[in-house]
Amino acid sequence: MATAEHHVGHHSVTGIDNRKLLMWIFLGSECLFFGALISTYLIFKADIPAPPISFIEAHTHVENGHEVVTGWFPVDRVIDDVYINEDGTFREVEFAGVLDIPITSQSTFVLLMSSVTMVLAVYGAQHGRLLSMKVWLLATILLGLIFLGYQVYEFRLFGSEGLTLETNQFGASFFVLTGFHGTHVFVGVLILASLLLASFRRSGLGPEAGFHVETAGLYWHFVDIVWIVIFTIIYLIPA
Amino acid sequence: MATVAGTMAAPTAEGVVWSWLTTVDHKRIGVLYGVSAFIFFLIGGVEALLIRAQLAVPNGGVIDPELYNQLFTMHALTMIFLAVMPLGAAFFNFMIPLMIGARDVAFPRLNALSYWIFLAGGLVLTSSFFLGGAPDTGWFAYAPISGGTYSGSGMDYYVIGLLILGLSSLAAALNFAVTIINMRAPGLTMMRMPIFVWMTLIVAFLLILALPVLTVALVQLLFDRQFTTSFFLPSGGGDPILWQHLFWIFGHPEVYILILPAMGIVSEVLPTFSRKPLFGYAAMVFAGVAIGFLGWAVWSHHMFTTGLGAVPRVVFATSTMIIGVPTGIKIFNWLSTMWGGSIRFTTAMYFSVSFIALFTIGGISGVMHASPPVDQQQQDTYFIVAHLHYVLVGGAIVGIFSGLYYWWPKMTGRFLSETLGKWNFWLMFIGLNMTFFPMHFLGVAGMPRRIYTYDEGLGWEFWNMFASVGALILAVGVLVFVINVARTMRQPKTAGDNPWDGSTLEWATSSPPPEHDFDAIPEVRARDPLWYDRDHGLSQPEGDPDEHIHMPPPSYYPLILALGVLMLGVGPLSHLAVTALGVPVIIYAIWGWVLEPTE
Ligand code: HEM
Ligand SMILES: [Cu+2]
Repeated sequence: MATAEHHVGHHSVTGIDNRKLLMWIFLGSECLFFGALISTYLIFKADIPAPPISFIEAHTHVENGHEVVTGWFPVDRVIDDVYINEDGTFREVEFAGVLDIPITSQSTFVLLMSSVTMVLAVYGAQHGRLLSMKVWLLATILLGLIFLGYQVYEFRLFGSEGLTLETNQFGASFFVLTGFHGTHVFVGVLILASLLLASFRRSGLGPEAGFHVETAGLYWHFVDIVWIVIFTIIYLIPA
Repeated sequence: MATVAGTMAAPTAEGVVWSWLTTVDHKRIGVLYGVSAFIFFLIGGVEALLIRAQLAVPNGGVIDPELYNQLFTMHALTMIFLAVMPLGAAFFNFMIPLMIGARDVAFPRLNALSYWIFLAGGLVLTSSFFLGGAPDTGWFAYAPISGGTYSGSGMDYYVIGLLILGLSSLAAALNFAVTIINMRAPGLTMMRMPIFVWMTLIVAFLLILALPVLTVALVQLLFDRQFTTSFFLPSGGGDPILWQHLFWIFGHPEVYILILPAMGIVSEVLPTFSRKPLFGYAAMVFAGVAIGFLGWAVWSHHMFTTGLGAVPRVVFATSTMIIGVPTGIKIFNWLSTMWGGSIRFTTAMYFSVSFIALFTIGGISGVMHASPPVDQQQQDTYFIVAHLHYVLVGGAIVGIFSGLYYWWPKMTGRFLSETLGKWNFWLMFIGLNMTFFPMHFLGVAGMPRRIYTYDEGLGWEFWNMFASVGALILAVGVLVFVINVARTMRQPKTAGDNPWDGSTLEWATSSPPPEHDFDAIPEVRARDPLWYDRDHGLSQPEGDPDEHIHMPPPSYYPLILALGVLMLGVGPLSHLAVTALGVPVIIYAIWGWVLEPTE
């Protein structure tokens, strides 16, 4: 009988479920979204005039009769230099790296681990091991939240050091890029939390539990991969 | 029927208004798109007429400069985002499931959501006129005039309106990509799909890949305006050229988003009324795909005068000229389709044939300013205005009118009057050529675009007056169409299943089609399936009259979700509390959406 065909939305020429195909294509769109944000970051990074003072200048004050400029540099590196001004005075420049690579490496590790737990949750869901699915979903959610916690910490730290959206192009493109990534993680947490909540209903996630968790997993892994790219570009590749 | 806690009972079909507000039927959504977009088309037309009234004579005093800037900006935004794109969407909605032999799109509720979000975006954009002034920077909103220093709240409406509209188009594009890839009837392989379906698929992918770039640009502009960043403001270390890059990386694919549906329509109309299969089907498909790819490699031809440097200028000039090749292939294929055919000169055919001629004129002027030194003379003059109107009015709009006359019997069961149709055609054809052809002369004579008036004695008087008269004739042509529709809809339904002897699957079902589209899912044995059946004495499978065909029930949630999105967007324009209120609305709608039974 061909009754299945008579239900709109269940027919599939490729054999891929419509909803999963939608997710794949949507992720293609997301690539361009993050691509544009990352390009913006790179363009401003390439625009940094050397020495990078005008880019990241923060505080100027006079000390012992000469100008002292302190600030931070996007990458973890310390600049301590003296420049002669046009009028013969000189200024001392003390720049520290604002990015803390060890801390962010930790949060990156957390997010990577969440991909592992996500895989385990999908495995559990597909093989009817509901308890294991729930446990690993919970673990993934917690790891996602920890990652977000790191991000909140980092944003607040930068803020307290004086680096905000409006400070300079680094601040603007950094916060918008990582902020949108964080939002994506947050949406992922919401999706996984809804799945987890729904799995406690009497009917659980229904007969398609494996499918739902797997499709959510596609999104989760994508957001992880994007972070690896962002982490590499912002934190690891020196200016 | 039992409902899950916190969700609404499924709407019943009672009540005409509610049945339209909650519909998930692709045909009805198509009608909603079509009617709304046509109203926006008329609004955009009135804006254009005001512009032409102001420019008819030197030192005209019809409208003041501020309003003039708002009018040309809103005219472009209305025509592009609220008229031509959604008119294309109207055809996608109504025709694609029928042409691929499906009973609906892959995601019927998502489809309804796309429409309601589109309407929300259209209202936000248009309401700006009455709420502190419309955007006035030109449709591409170059920095720094789009920044807070030089432009008012209209720009916020621009940003929010386009973000909302982008969401709508993205949802629709995802839906149609999945529908076309996954929902084709048995036997309808990719290389048997009607060209209109192919062009829709390409448009869907262009939207999916181009919209996120615009979204990023708009978000950055939003941050510049609201949160004092300086992405595009040189005063704060930003880069105004970055906006131009992002905008045109979206913008050039966008022009193909506008034209490909019309090319698809013409590729259906010409074979039917030449009684001949489309010439060079495979070449047509590959030309479309090639345009889809090359369309990504030409954006900087909009930026030849920004000091790109020699190498980029050569690269982008070359790629722009190359894109003329697949375009030319299409033109020759259309001509060859008619060659030796037995041609019926219906109104739809008039529009399609004139499409070829008019689009070619626009294509040729396009290749002219693909050359940087030439473009440096033409950029920002009326020559560009002539080019873009030949491709957009002579191309997209004329193609859409062809589709309206062609598919009207299928959509309504009634024929539009051919007599009024010919009046409609000739008035529009004469009007648009009178309006836009002289703009080539004006451009070469040095008349800049986007000026609200000009002095006498510059030699521009005659052609400006001529163009304004042409615009009036064009408007009368559109009016004749409205009259034609009004009269037709009072006639009885006389159209049979396949009144034009078309070859594609939409003609295999009744006119208008039943709610479930096909009694039995059609079978496709060759390209041009209905002609193959006719020539081989075959027929399409008959439906079982007793069988109950299950269609997705109507739903409130698309409307509610769109309302939530609207509130989210209106917040930054009025009070952030509105945004805060929008969040629970969205959560509620998603909750109900997910738990609503769809079977
Ligand atoms: C043979 C194909 C085409 C070529 C070679 C071409 C080339 C160009 C070039 C070089 C420009 C930039 C001119 C300038 O600003 O100085 C331009 C502008 C434009 N083109 Fe085309 N074009 C083609 C087809 C189309 C199509 C199919 C459409 C839309 C349906 C279109 C719509 C536009 C619009 C709207 C602008 C003006 C944008 C603005 O400044 O507001 N073009 N075209
Ligand atoms: Cu272009």
